[in-house]
Amino acid sequence: MLKIENVYKTFNPGTVNEKKALKGLNLELKEGDFVTVIGGNGAGKSTMLNAVAGVFGVDSGRILIGDVDVTNLPEYKRAQYIGRVFQDPMMGTAATMQIEENLALAARRGRPRTLRSGITRAERESYREQLKILDLGLEDRMTAKVGLLSGGQRQALTLLMATLQQPKLLLLDEHTAALDPKTAAKVLEATEKIVQKNHLTTMMITHNMRDAIAHGNRLIMMYDGHIAVDVSGEEKKNLTVEQLLNLFSQASGSDEVDDKLVLG
Amino acid sequence: MTTFFNALPGAVSQGLVWGIMAIGLYITFRLLEVSDLTVDGSFCTGGAVCVTMMVAGFNVWVAMLAALLAGMLTGLVTGFFHTKCGIPAILAGILTQMGLWSVNLAIMSMKANIALNVNNYDLLVSLRYLQDVNKGERPFYQHPILVLVVFTAVLIAILYWFFGTEMGASIRATGANENMARAQGINTNVNKVLGLALANGLVALSGSLLCQYQSYAEINMGRGAIVIGLASIVIGESIFGRVFRNFALKLASVSLGAVIYYIVVQFVVSVLEIDSNYLKVISALIVAFFLAVPHWKSVYFHKKDKKGL
Repeated sequence: MLKIENVYKTFNPGTVNEKKALKGLNLELKEGDFVTVIGGNGAGKSTMLNAVAGVFGVDSGRILIGDVDVTNLPEYKRAQYIGRVFQDPMMGTAATMQIEENLALAARRGRPRTLRSGITRAERESYREQLKILDLGLEDRMTAKVGLLSGGQRQALTLLMATLQQPKLLLLDEHTAALDPKTAAKVLEATEKIVQKNHLTTMMITHNMRDAIAHGNRLIMMYDGHIAVDVSGEEKKNLTVEQLLNLFSQASGSDEVDDKLVLG
Repeated sequence: MTTFFNALPGAVSQGLVWGIMAIGLYITFRLLEVSDLTVDGSFCTGGAVCVTMMVAGFNVWVAMLAALLAGMLTGLVTGFFHTKCGIPAILAGILTQMGLWSVNLAIMSMKANIALNVNNYDLLVSLRYLQDVNKGERPFYQHPILVLVVFTAVLIAILYWFFGTEMGASIRATGANENMARAQGINTNVNKVLGLALANGLVALSGSLLCQYQSYAEINMGRGAIVIGLASIVIGESIFGRVFRNFALKLASVSLGAVIYYIVVQFVVSVLEIDSNYLKVISALIVAFFLAVPHWKSVYFHKKDKKGL
């Protein structure tokens, strides 16, 4: 479903701030894969996701979604294949627009925007049903401005928006990191529900090792711009945090373990 | 005081004309969240095109349509500078505005002003019609206030419809959150250009009405338009903001803001007898004050963010 072939990306090349973020990244996802991605700060996790989403171009290499080479497609065109939830709850929704308007915008992802009505009565009914899945009471507040919602509610809404129009690929960039533990658990639960229900090919970055083990059928660990550990199937199911830390220090060739990686 | 009351219908008419300009500005300032300085130029473009067309013998509606299209073109230029050349929106607007000075002069055959003799043309609105209706020489439905209220209401209805469509919603989303818009497959550059074109079309339309109302087009007629437009927006929002939540009503409050602005101006000039030369500095200070209020509120009356679900 997703193929990343030998991708390189350097930020601020030729300056003192030069940062080689991706160094020959290779990854292939099968249809229906739910991959959790971990790694220390600066390992290239977010860069990988943003490169796939088209936030910036890559220096070399290819990115394919299904059979389509999207390497040179602008972000808004790739959006027809990709659903996204960001780390920052403010980023995924339009605060000054209503809940139902946000959903209606998302429902038209990948379709031309014409002079037809921006939202129809039939849509409203279906949104009401879908909002019930989130179990946050949003179905009774459909005309409320999104800016009135809490961070957790906004993340849950963004998640629904990302999957309203079935994406070929769902990208979750630490989408629970900015939430308190209870809320984070609830959003994660909704994520699991929605991914299962729609059999979505998903990549989820997380700082929490337990979450990374508990969710998905495959786990990758990034280090220094490439994939250092890749476990799946039975091996992944039986993984412990302890083993994961060992794998990490083997891969990175040091005993130092990033605090951020363990905590979170 | 009597001069003030006598001049009131004129002030209201003028306010309604500028109100359409302010509605255009509202689209860029509040929906797209850019300060578009093109308007100082495109307002005059509208007037220049309208007068030139009418002098050349075209019907008033054709002339106004041409003004609208010319205004949209100026927005297109600013949009091109901004999205395709990567120039910050404010600077892009200033560049277009400056260039338009020459273009507007050229449209008016290099003359600084062109008169439009009221007796020779069928106009939509005119200061003269206002006097004629009062004297009973014209039917009441040609009263500029009535004509302009209907005209504005129709415009608001069209805009209300448009911003409810898929296309209109994309423009609003682009202004509200570009990241979100792109993630939902919206081409934000195209939508910015679209919004700028639409806004400047309305601004030029307003310019075409003003030149009819005052019977001439003049190269300086748009100078300071952005400040008058912003004043109308902030006055309208601060007076009606709590009551008018609906989008159509918000646009109406902008128009009402312009009317109030011109009534206040009339009051300042004819009752307080302040030299009209000081109007610009007074307007600038009023706008600065109202724009500062939200900032002061957030600094001095800061509320803690709520957490959790």
